[in-house]
Amino acid sequence: MDTRVEKKKLSLRERYHLMTRGLGWEPTYQPTEKVFPFTAYEGIKIHDWDKWEDPFRLTMDAYWKYQGEKEKKLYAVIDAFAQNNGFLSLTDARYLNAIKIFIQGVTPLEYYAHRGFAFAGRHFRGEGLRVACQMQSLDELRHTQTELHSISVYNKFFNGFHNPLHWFDRVWYLSVPKSFFEDANSSGPFEFLTAISFSFEYVLTNLLFVPFMSGAAYNGDLSTVTFGFSAQSDESRHMTLGIECIKFMLEQDPDNVPIVQRWIDKWFWRGYRVLTLVGMMMDYMLPKRVMSWREAWEIYGEQNGGALFQDLGRYGIREPAGFRDACDGKDHISHQAWLTFYTYDPVAAFHTWVPSDAELDWLSAKYPESFDRYYRPRLLYLREQQAAGTPVANKNLPLLCNVCQIPMFFTEPGDPRRICYRESVYEGERYHFCSDHCKSIFDHEPEKYVQSWLPVHQIYQGNCFKPGTDPTAPGFDPIKAVLDYYEINNGRDNLWYDNSEDRRNFEAWTAEARGN
Amino acid sequence: MSNVFIALQDTDEARPIIEAILADNPQSQLTHSPAMVKIDVPNRLVIRRERIEEITGLPFDLQRIHVNLISLSGHIEEDDDQFVLSWKR
Amino acid sequence: MSIDLKTREIKPLRHTYTHVARLIGGDKPATRYQETLGAQPAANFHYRPTWDPEHDLFDPSRSKIRMDQWDDLRDPRQFYYATWTMARARQFEAVESNFAFVESHGMLAALPEKIREEALVVLTPLRHVAWGDNMNNSQICATAYGAAFTAPAMLYAMDQLGIAQLLTRFALTLGDAAELERGRDAWLRDPTWQPLRRLLEDSFVITDPLELFVVQDVALDGLLYPLIYEGFVQDKLVPAGGAAVGLLTAFMSEWHEETVRWIDVVLRKLASFSSENATTLSGWAEASIARAKEALAPVAARALGEKAPAVLGDAAESLQRRLAKAGLSV
Repeated sequence: MDTRVEKKKLSLRERYHLMTRGLGWEPTYQPTEKVFPFTAYEGIKIHDWDKWEDPFRLTMDAYWKYQGEKEKKLYAVIDAFAQNNGFLSLTDARYLNAIKIFIQGVTPLEYYAHRGFAFAGRHFRGEGLRVACQMQSLDELRHTQTELHSISVYNKFFNGFHNPLHWFDRVWYLSVPKSFFEDANSSGPFEFLTAISFSFEYVLTNLLFVPFMSGAAYNGDLSTVTFGFSAQSDESRHMTLGIECIKFMLEQDPDNVPIVQRWIDKWFWRGYRVLTLVGMMMDYMLPKRVMSWREAWEIYGEQNGGALFQDLGRYGIREPAGFRDACDGKDHISHQAWLTFYTYDPVAAFHTWVPSDAELDWLSAKYPESFDRYYRPRLLYLREQQAAGTPVANKNLPLLCNVCQIPMFFTEPGDPRRICYRESVYEGERYHFCSDHCKSIFDHEPEKYVQSWLPVHQIYQGNCFKPGTDPTAPGFDPIKAVLDYYEINNGRDNLWYDNSEDRRNFEAWTAEARGN
Repeated sequence: MSNVFIALQDTDEARPIIEAILADNPQSQLTHSPAMVKIDVPNRLVIRRERIEEITGLPFDLQRIHVNLISLSGHIEEDDDQFVLSWKR
Repeated sequence: MSIDLKTREIKPLRHTYTHVARLIGGDKPATRYQETLGAQPAANFHYRPTWDPEHDLFDPSRSKIRMDQWDDLRDPRQFYYATWTMARARQFEAVESNFAFVESHGMLAALPEKIREEALVVLTPLRHVAWGDNMNNSQICATAYGAAFTAPAMLYAMDQLGIAQLLTRFALTLGDAAELERGRDAWLRDPTWQPLRRLLEDSFVITDPLELFVVQDVALDGLLYPLIYEGFVQDKLVPAGGAAVGLLTAFMSEWHEETVRWIDVVLRKLASFSSENATTLSGWAEASIARAKEALAPVAARALGEKAPAVLGDAAESLQRRLAKAGLSV
């Protein structure tokens, strides 16, 4: 009895260990490989699951406590923002197009992560690793929901927000993030963690969240700042899961090193390609800008990424194969993407525009090497045509890269005048790629990437019309038919900002609010 | 030598944590962004519970950092008394 | 003094998301819970999972059960992450003060040794049952179809982790770390626990997510919670001087009462969709209740002695009444 009274306080580590490790056991009534069927097929060798280091030691009671506090604060802000028509204090309604891209292209990814980590949280062996995955599954569910909730108010007053899940499964540019995450979720659990926890969360997520949220703060979007930073606080736990997982695999067996290296090469490049949309958002869609894509890349890509890969060098890991080409692209990709989206705005569920003179000057200052030389003249041409009432719209559907699914607009490393094309032949069919790295991803696993649901191919094959559409009818307008299948409201969700309903409404509402 | 960093929300609640970091990591470089504070330190950054308690005059549970944390880099070591970010463990 | 707020009503263009409007019968103001429905991508998948090439990433055909609208499987608690987390945070504040109360008011010292021993012997191995439950519900979340059903399954999985940790803390409070070893040893070797462990291990290889739901959440939990936390803790230990045990495990009864509402609504929805569904579910339920009863019998005997068959029988009967109300025939 005395021993029960005189109990020494357990340290965080001891307590967490008792609370988590030792809950599981080796099955004896069913073969282990039937209970955990997916831990070996990727070729990763784990000798001792107990060597897993818990990144953060949160027990469920602490998790609920801190997450509950975060949620309480977050929803108080969301409520206040909605009740006070907070969107009237935005710098400009152009800004909202960044948030449209977010809910269309990022929110569904949070959902995939939720389901993917539930799978990993069930199918890994060690309890520590599984609990970390399960908590992440829960966090990702949180992010999906808080994003839907905080963006809900914008949907009530602006276009381009109303059908994000439907669009995500169909619209051409959204197959970029969709195929990215489905690629991860359809991989084995170790590759999934390398893809999402390490390559995306640890290496690249700062490039997504920090500029987005600082941009929101600069542009009067309190609601997004709050959910963003609140979500990002979970992200720190996720990033740590990523780095611990990499170290765990590398420390368990030297045979894991080449497998992990190949995954890092692949997923760095996959993630980097998806971030093209973020680069475009930072450089073009924020009325008040925080930093350029190039600056963000230099801080979070080159400096942090550099430090990380230097650190991992002791395991025999080198920087990702595409790292240099990604650095080379920092002067170009955001401009190339924006020009492309501008000319395809008739089939996109957000608005584009030509930047103002002041904005063009900002871009010149931020991109001294490239902007005036390659991109300003083209933007000025677009402006001219728009002023003349003949905005430049591209009527030909673009060729897409078979891996990243981005239209083929990226240029050769070192030569921004030449579009980069690569191709491979597999079982008699020719496949096209935007870069050496997308090609090499395909070449390593062609049986996966021949399955890609390429939106442009699908349109040409007649798979993107609503049932009952007759493409042979006289006067058939394929663009209208595709918009109908997409459920994009023609003239409201799409086309350029200058003549948009969003602009008219925002200007009228704010004029009235300010003039009152 | 590479930097590690931590980014925290620029809130009242985070202020004592930021102060504690600056006090215990003399080589800190502080950057303010909208709504965010980022602190870079060469190689190793430490947050000490006792320092925060000294500043606030109240007991502090280090796991509370989660509420205001935005991002970080480096390897993490966390116990009851300190939270450390570093390269090479 | 009156303040003119100078705000003006701006007429919204729409009230909610299109996919939500479809699920709630038109464009009207939606609750936060409703705005979480329909969040699962559902069409034009790119790659078949390498771990299950027979199916799409999200694929209703992983189950024998058919539905035309999986997002109809609504949660009567209307939980979304925030409301669930805040509810659990509140409940665990109560748990925390119960532990503080028990520890500071000498209730532990006053706990009769026999009660202490009995509580530890019966409750400590249940940590592992909760962990198995956590695995199964993670699996349901990963492989079932539709956000409306899979999200509460994940919440359930994490509730089970919370329960496993609460039981751990319970054992550490009544004893020390050696209790955890003793409990684990019993779980792995003591004949009392082997049928139950076998049931769980067999459930780990079930591939139909809704069958798993019936085996774990409906049948096993449907019998285990009333048996242990009512029959054993409340009705046996508490009157015999084990008030502390009752206080420290109060969360479990509360939790069970709450989650049963979700489970029953899901069953009713599934069963009412088609007679094939009702038949399939009834078959699963019948078999898994029989199996769970069998597996729990030695545990019940250890906990309740000769009263065991009656208490277990009552639990089974009340579970059957629940299922009958949900439209199953067992």
